[in-house]
Amino acid sequence: MAPIVKVDDLRKVYKGGFEALRGVSLSIEEGEILALLGPNGAGKTTLISALCGITTPTGGSASVGGHDIVTGYRAAREMIGLVPQELALEPFEKVVNTVRFSRGLFGKPHDGALIERILRQLSLWDKRNSRIRELSGGMKRRVLIAKALCHEPRVLFLDEPTAGVDVELRRDMWQVVEGLKAEGVTIILTTHYIEEAEAIADRIAVINKGEILLVENKADLIRRMGRKTLRIDLSAPVDRVPDALQDYHLELTGDGQALKYHYDTQGDGTGITRLLQALAKEGLSLRDIETRQSSLEEIFVGLVQEDAQ
Amino acid sequence: MNLHAIWAIYVYEMKRFFRTVMESLLSPVISTSLYFVVFGAAIGSRIEQVEGVAYGAFIVPGLIMLSVMTQAISNASFGIYFPKFIGTIFELLSAPVNFLEIVIGYVGAAATKALMIGVVILITAQMFVDLDIQHPVAMIAFLVMICLSFSLFGFIIGIWAENFQQLQLIPLLVITPLVFLGGSFYSISMLPPAWQTVTLFNPVVYLISGFRWSFFGTADVAIGVSLAAIGVFFALCLAAVWLIFRTGYRIKS
Repeated sequence: MAPIVKVDDLRKVYKGGFEALRGVSLSIEEGEILALLGPNGAGKTTLISALCGITTPTGGSASVGGHDIVTGYRAAREMIGLVPQELALEPFEKVVNTVRFSRGLFGKPHDGALIERILRQLSLWDKRNSRIRELSGGMKRRVLIAKALCHEPRVLFLDEPTAGVDVELRRDMWQVVEGLKAEGVTIILTTHYIEEAEAIADRIAVINKGEILLVENKADLIRRMGRKTLRIDLSAPVDRVPDALQDYHLELTGDGQALKYHYDTQGDGTGITRLLQALAKEGLSLRDIETRQSSLEEIFVGLVQEDAQ
Repeated sequence: MNLHAIWAIYVYEMKRFFRTVMESLLSPVISTSLYFVVFGAAIGSRIEQVEGVAYGAFIVPGLIMLSVMTQAISNASFGIYFPKFIGTIFELLSAPVNFLEIVIGYVGAAATKALMIGVVILITAQMFVDLDIQHPVAMIAFLVMICLSFSLFGFIIGIWAENFQQLQLIPLLVITPLVFLGGSFYSISMLPPAWQTVTLFNPVVYLISGFRWSFFGTADVAIGVSLAAIGVFFALCLAAVWLIFRTGYRIKS
């Protein structure tokens, strides 16, 4: 089956000379959920903007549903729904009017029943006659989603949909995403949050400095990213790691005050229990322990360094 | 043609107008009444007839034109500048619409608002002076053309403007002087010959002259020239908008 979104060597150089996209190629299958991960300024939003027609690419090509985004822009864009990162909404307009406007803009006749269904699904129905400026940030985010969904898109771009939203909305949003997936809608989601990608994505693409570093099945990537560090603060400093603990590949901090143990949460056993027993056996007294998940940013740095080598 | 999109934009823009309909209509009515009190009654009573028309009536076409032009420009420029300012322009850019559809929606709405204001001023003027419109069809045609072309011009300003000051700049620095010096309140023939020649470089002269002709049958310049002037202006604005959307000037990065 042909991919529903096909990006081929897409480039974007801004006027100042900044290269936001350096030849991005990507195929997205119909009905899948792809999480696009990357640090700030990686090119996530530029890629989405280029596909949606907000930014003009300076090289390469892309198609949505087999329609070229430049020559067949009408057919391509009719298939696309976009929830932007910014809460860009007209403050004085009523919720229901702004949603109706979006549907009309995408060339669809008014459909009250559909709009009601979408507003109810997003818990916006009670607020339909409220002005946008009266809504909270989370509610505004819901309105943006309603606007993107009201023309029944086949491909939905969610640009950091859960940045700064509460737990409830995040859960609602994931439910909506699940519902859309069941209807066969393809979803491309950008996020900083690994948990979010973990919760809903089928595949994960990592982008940095305008280049796709990898596109991988979620499970495989999470395993690679799922490393944690246990930091053990000692009551008294030591000169070196005791020989009996060599198997744990411990790292001693510069001041000799703490030991660091790296382990894999996805593995069969983390080895923490054994390590703590071994420490006690060696007569080391512990002052504090702390565990830390490798942050996504760190993983990106790792990937970039790997990429450079 | 994405007719649903045109209609959606048009209705959305008109709603904005009707949200503040009292404010939108009240200010032109009050300012027109003030002009009549000052120019029509106070000063006008000491001015003899201009080209066979009582001065109070003579200034009506110019007054309508002044309001219609400034309203068309401010409505249209604000209409497109506002989405740019608050970021909702992304939706227009990502929608399956072409430049013509966007322009018809926005400019159509701005022109409709300007036309409504023009009609309200005309009705207000009727209360102050006796008006006998000689060429009503031509008058309406002129009014519509002016509403459309100045809305188009306002649309360009709205795209060009990068802040609210710039949005005010052109209407204030260019349009108001051109309209005032374009014979709104006097006949060109009342000026010294040298200034008459200078005035002919003011495009607004042709518009006011043509519009006044539709009222009283007298004009500073031939009606054909007036028609050509408004036609050329309209075509220039349309070409500029086409170019803007082709290059993405100030709307697309």
